[in-house]
Amino acid sequence: MTPLLSIRALSVEFDTRHGTVHALDRLSLDIAPGEIIGIIGESGSGKSVTAHAVMGILDRAARITGGEVLFQGENLLEMGRRARDGWRGRGASIIFQNPRAALNPIRAVGDQIADVVARHSSLSRRAIRARVLELLRHVRIPDPERRARAYPFQLSGGLCQRIGIAMALACAPRLLIADEPTTGLDVTTQAAIMALIRERAREAGTAVALITHDVALAAGNCDRLAIMHAGHVVEVAPTAAILARPRHPYTAGLLRSVPSLAGSLDQLQAIPGSMPDLRRPDLPPCRFAERCPRRLPRCDAPGPLALTACGPGHLVACRNLP
Amino acid sequence: MTALIEARNLSRHFRLRRETLFGPAPLLHAVDRVGLTIHAGEALGLVGESGCGKSTLARLLARLLDPTGGQVFLHGAEITGESVSRFARSDRRRAIQMVFQDHTESLNPLLTVFQSVADPAGRLLGPMPRAALRRRVEDAAAAVNLPPELLDRYPHQLSGGQKARVGIARALVVEPQLLVLDEPTSALDVSVQATVLQLLDRLRRDRGIALLFVSHDLNVVRLLCQRIAVMYLGQIVETGAAEAIYRAPAHPYTRALLSAIPTLRPRGAERIHLDAEPQSPVNPCLSRCRFAGRCFMEQPLCIQAAPELRTLPDGRQVRCHFAG
Repeated sequence: MTPLLSIRALSVEFDTRHGTVHALDRLSLDIAPGEIIGIIGESGSGKSVTAHAVMGILDRAARITGGEVLFQGENLLEMGRRARDGWRGRGASIIFQNPRAALNPIRAVGDQIADVVARHSSLSRRAIRARVLELLRHVRIPDPERRARAYPFQLSGGLCQRIGIAMALACAPRLLIADEPTTGLDVTTQAAIMALIRERAREAGTAVALITHDVALAAGNCDRLAIMHAGHVVEVAPTAAILARPRHPYTAGLLRSVPSLAGSLDQLQAIPGSMPDLRRPDLPPCRFAERCPRRLPRCDAPGPLALTACGPGHLVACRNLP
Repeated sequence: MTALIEARNLSRHFRLRRETLFGPAPLLHAVDRVGLTIHAGEALGLVGESGCGKSTLARLLARLLDPTGGQVFLHGAEITGESVSRFARSDRRRAIQMVFQDHTESLNPLLTVFQSVADPAGRLLGPMPRAALRRRVEDAAAAVNLPPELLDRYPHQLSGGQKARVGIARALVVEPQLLVLDEPTSALDVSVQATVLQLLDRLRRDRGIALLFVSHDLNVVRLLCQRIAVMYLGQIVETGAAEAIYRAPAHPYTRALLSAIPTLRPRGAERIHLDAEPQSPVNPCLSRCRFAGRCFMEQPLCIQAAPELRTLPDGRQVRCHFAG
């Protein structure tokens, strides 16, 4: 099946006062229509940079230095600004981590959703109003007529995130990027928000990229998982395959450090060392090598480290597979 | 055996700004008549959703905040008789130490690690020779596996995990009997978190330091704590052995909470949905169950009488008319 989104060898750098940060390095990832893929990584691994690059909302200090982002075959990076603005919302939309901060604090939430609907359609005011209420009902906001008039500070975190989702779904996007959508929410609210996202993906065939640091959350909600480390995707596979047999040493280490998998505290294992400084000019081809228990001389040999197949739908970037 | 720390009927109500000239200012019941004991060498997990009062309770037990009602006892002697500021200067202050959530915010950026760790020792243990102070700081650093060469660094030169360990060393340097930890690992990456959890468990086992571990991460609490207390809108709704509660939660709120944890291990039970909004902690109705309106087991009695904590046959306590 042709992918909905195909990120090919995407490189992104940031210019900072303290040097150039090599945030993404020849990153490749495909997302199929209707699938839920979890993009997992620790802080600084490049998950959000990837999402922002796809959406075209990278920070001004960022430079895309190579690669392409194909959406239904068309390279988004070569799209004109107006075309990209029109694509955003219909092609893909994003929900953010802090739902309250993502909303305008001095505008009623219903009006904010109406802005999005109006921007992408030529509906009458009455039709826009009906559409907003329909969206609010769709994300299970109780008493939508009243809530539409509320300001973000009057709503709980869970309700604000539902507003964020309603806004993201306003133009029926083919791809929904959820960037840590439940971090900071209570577990009971988290479960309800994830159920809503899953249901949406199933009913409308929307592809979902769930960006999270929570392995258990991703495993419980996603068809496939992509593991990121220091600007690389190190492993991609169906969820069951990666849990049963992680192939990349970083993935294996990550799974050993997750409390929800461990039966006791003794079974938990931290990964020694930390991510390399991404400002270093001499970053090795494998950015995990310096922390890796399986490192060999050939791991440091120059040349790009490609994702290669090691099982059905299972890709891994490692020169010394177990 | 006298408990290391015991709270009796502990309350903290916050007076809010009055909205009308007529009638009293509204009262927010952050913590409402909580009873709790922690024994030496025990880890108690305090869980509940945001706004349930768990951080306020932690600060009350750490004597950083004065209660508006009730008492706290340390080894059977009341410590709530004097104000927080007076307690801070007493020789019992060192028995209870707090470790904060944000390790970057809670370290002074202008102090070296050595100075940060030495600071509480200087304040609480009185003057001591430089060599003795240095030995104390080095011991505390060794207890948290902090390499000695890091003692001369500044906070911005440390990783998140190292800063977390400095925060714990600061608390340990005065040899406390209870560590109160408010979400100590929630800012850490998962690959680093394991080390900090194992470190806390080792301090408990080897030194008999009791832990009050406040967390929203039920997976972490399961691994670290022997007992848990579940809070809901200022009250404890279930408390008992962690293992028993995780196996068969009794209170409907605990059941919903546990069913919502993301986990990779297969679980039999279906997720319990809590869709309705919770009651307000401001001027709560005292004659009904605080979980009423969200509860899937609700009966007419629940809005006629507030349940008290009941002890079940296995020793755990539950605040529900119908659970168990």
